[in-house]
Amino acid sequence: MTMQVSKPMRVAIFGATSGIATAVARRYAESGARLVLVARDQASLTAAAADLEVRGAAEVEVQEADFARTADIPATVAAAWTRFDGLDLAVVAYGTLPDQQEMEAESAKAEQALVLNFLSPALLCGELAHRFEARKSGTLAVISSVAGDRGRKSNYVYGAAKGGLQRYLEGLRHRLFAAGVQVLDIRPGFVSTKMTAHLSQKGPLWASPDQVAADIVGAIQKRKEVLYTPWFWRWVMMGVRNAPGPLFHRTSL
Amino acid sequence: MTMWRQDYRSWGRTVSANHVVDRPENRDNATRALSESEFPVLAYGCGRSYGDVALNPGGRLIDCRSLDRFLAFNRATGVLTCEAGVRLADILAVICRPEADGSGWFLPVTPGTRFVTVGGAIANDVHGKNHHRFGTFGRHVLALELARSDGSRLVCSPEQNPDLFAATIGGLGLTGLILSATLQLRRVEGLAVEAEDIQFSSLSDFFDLAEASDRDWEYTAAWVDCLASGAHLGRGIYSRARHYPGKGVEPPGRNSRLSIPITSPIPATNSLSVRAFNALYWRKLGLNGQTSRIGSYEPVFYPLDAIGEWNRLYGPKGFYQFQCVVPHEQAREAVADMLRLIAQSGEGSMLVVLKTFGDLPSPGLLSFPRPGVTLALDFPERGTTTRKLLRLLEEVAVAAYGRLYPAKDSLMTPDAFRQGYPSFEQFQPMMDPRFSSAFAQRIGLIKGEAQL
Ligand SMILES: Cc1cc2nc3c(=O)[nH]c(=O)nc-3n(C[C@H](O)[C@H](O)[C@H](O)COP(=O)(O)OP(=O)(O)OC[C@H]3O[C@@H](n4cnc5c(N)ncnc54)[C@H](O)[C@@H]3O)c2cc1C
Ligand SMILES: NC(=O)c1ccc[n+]([C@@H]2O[C@H](COP(=O)([O-])OP(=O)(O)OC[C@H]3O[C@@H](n4cnc5c(N)ncnc54)[C@H](OP(=O)(O)O)[C@@H]3O)[C@@H](O)[C@H]2O)c1
Repeated sequence: MTMQVSKPMRVAIFGATSGIATAVARRYAESGARLVLVARDQASLTAAAADLEVRGAAEVEVQEADFARTADIPATVAAAWTRFDGLDLAVVAYGTLPDQQEMEAESAKAEQALVLNFLSPALLCGELAHRFEARKSGTLAVISSVAGDRGRKSNYVYGAAKGGLQRYLEGLRHRLFAAGVQVLDIRPGFVSTKMTAHLSQKGPLWASPDQVAADIVGAIQKRKEVLYTPWFWRWVMMGVRNAPGPLFHRTSL
Repeated sequence: MTMWRQDYRSWGRTVSANHVVDRPENRDNATRALSESEFPVLAYGCGRSYGDVALNPGGRLIDCRSLDRFLAFNRATGVLTCEAGVRLADILAVICRPEADGSGWFLPVTPGTRFVTVGGAIANDVHGKNHHRFGTFGRHVLALELARSDGSRLVCSPEQNPDLFAATIGGLGLTGLILSATLQLRRVEGLAVEAEDIQFSSLSDFFDLAEASDRDWEYTAAWVDCLASGAHLGRGIYSRARHYPGKGVEPPGRNSRLSIPITSPIPATNSLSVRAFNALYWRKLGLNGQTSRIGSYEPVFYPLDAIGEWNRLYGPKGFYQFQCVVPHEQAREAVADMLRLIAQSGEGSMLVVLKTFGDLPSPGLLSFPRPGVTLALDFPERGTTTRKLLRLLEEVAVAAYGRLYPAKDSLMTPDAFRQGYPSFEQFQPMMDPRFSSAFAQRIGLIKGEAQL
């Protein structure tokens, strides 16, 4: 990574204790960045901050937030933005992977999932967007998912939220193009984190958080718009998206 | 919902076992996983132990690799505190970076692979090529935090809970789960090393070289051509290295550059390739019989780390390691006997390593190293003939008042363990009653399947 020595990069991570976000934060810490970590659990935040400082972060600030409380989002973003007087990069990483069948049975569960995976990150990105726009620089990197590429019976509530987020980011990118702000839509496949700990996590489709983090940092540097990570998911999802209805409906995807 | 899985294996891949696996994200969850487990438990690090010390068939494994946070590092004193799942490779990459004058903080002790966790390094009280100068890893542990199955968390150090501290260093994971540790790193004037390789043509030449080198070289070990016999018995290549003041090097990568994606369906290490390897390796230094270089420590300390999962080359049946130490007085004779047995057996080994241990004591009760000479080898599993040879080697080692290294072992007998580790009687009361391992059961440290 090539970064300025004189002015360390300012990075905020929303959902900083996520497996993928932790790996991303470590990479920026090792290049000497200043970091604002935002997450809901104070103990995990404190431990993450100590870790990142040993790894080389110039400075680490922590901030508590429950992203399910959408009313708090403007204040959360305002606070993170002012820690180091502006940001060069904001990473949005929080999310949940709830049980599809439970959500079919209980609307309240589906509502929670839609709020946390779509409404909340969309509002948060909106708050960040006008700040980046005013500065005419910066990067907004948001983790959606390959699950957002097509609705499937096994997880369409999560998929719809992530798909909605993809559309939202697409629109923001269109809007922020003029200001020169990068909007990166990150679409991981299967990643071994605590979100997927209940699955067997074996086989060639599974990636480590660090592999995905390396791709994310690379895509931010190259100012990409959409990142499939690992790379082969672009082709896998192209197949899934283009599978004709009669065939698709007979699969158990 | 209990999910049994078979993908947690030993490095030698000779055994597979069913486990329930937890991978706690933090120390609180790890502590809870112990006390809430309905099965006997055991910690698992990187699985770099060759035998069954890290396996717990029919029980629960706590995979410690997500306990990977650094907690504090003092640049002035070199005191590092980190969680137990941090790997030595991570410490090298994050902490052991060269300063402007080439100097830096360094691992006081490192085994022949950097892909081991701090917890695993403590539990086997690992040693490196500098044992004669720095002793075992455990000597550099200032304190550790141990979780026990009753839900308690204890700080153990030479001052606090000293008995538990001594039992946990080299304690094979049986005294509880190490959550974090405080290590004293070592200052070196140059992170680079100056390394020499020298051919020697007999066992007695090895002993002479070792004696001469241990004085001025902090890292020493030798490779032995195990197929040479008669007048050539014990010929090999002696490697020695020391830090080179004023020259820094970047740390090696956090992962292997290459990897073996699948298990080779037939062992790539058949007798022909072993023969070819030994013959070629013996000649690698050319006519001079000696080479010297200054540079990274990676090829000197971690030659095998270049290729990830190289253990798969041994095929689906896997392979055995054998490592013993015998006291100096018996060493010449015992090592010669063992090499003769190996040459006669025709069970070739590629990686035969000979090294002298120094007399710095370890704080650990069951620590393997002791003053003397250590011999390590590996053999592809070929069934009863391989096991018979390993039994014979054990007999020679035990008769010479030696002992076997649990981290490398799959076949040690309970008798050999009791004779080699007489402190086991002090150790047993320190064990956590809900902990278990395949090794502990095999060796008789624990009776029966589950101890609940
Ligand atoms: C190529 C290679 C070279 C090697 N060279 C050397 C060498 O030169 N010298 C040497 O001494 N060894 C050497 N070894 C062996 C290796 O260093 C040890 O087996 C080491 O302990 C492996 O660490 P691990 O993290 O993989 O632990 P594992 O193999 O997963 O576990 C080892 C033991 O540690 C326990 N354990 C793991 N984590 C914890 C924890 N958090 N709390 C309590 N107990 C725990 C386990 O229960 C088990 O008993 C080598 C191994 C390989 C593959
Ligand atoms: N893992 C995969 O296979 C995969 C695949 C595609 C996309 N993704 C996406 O990648 C992102 C990161 O996930 P991950 O895999 O790293 O999983 P993870 O480790 O489980 O991270 C999810 C994070 O979201 C946080 N979170 C959930 N609800 C929250 C709330 N109400 N308030 C604050 N924080 C909340 C969690 O906080 P706590 O730490 O406090 O629990 C957790 O840190 C998610 O958006 C996920 O949807 C993951």
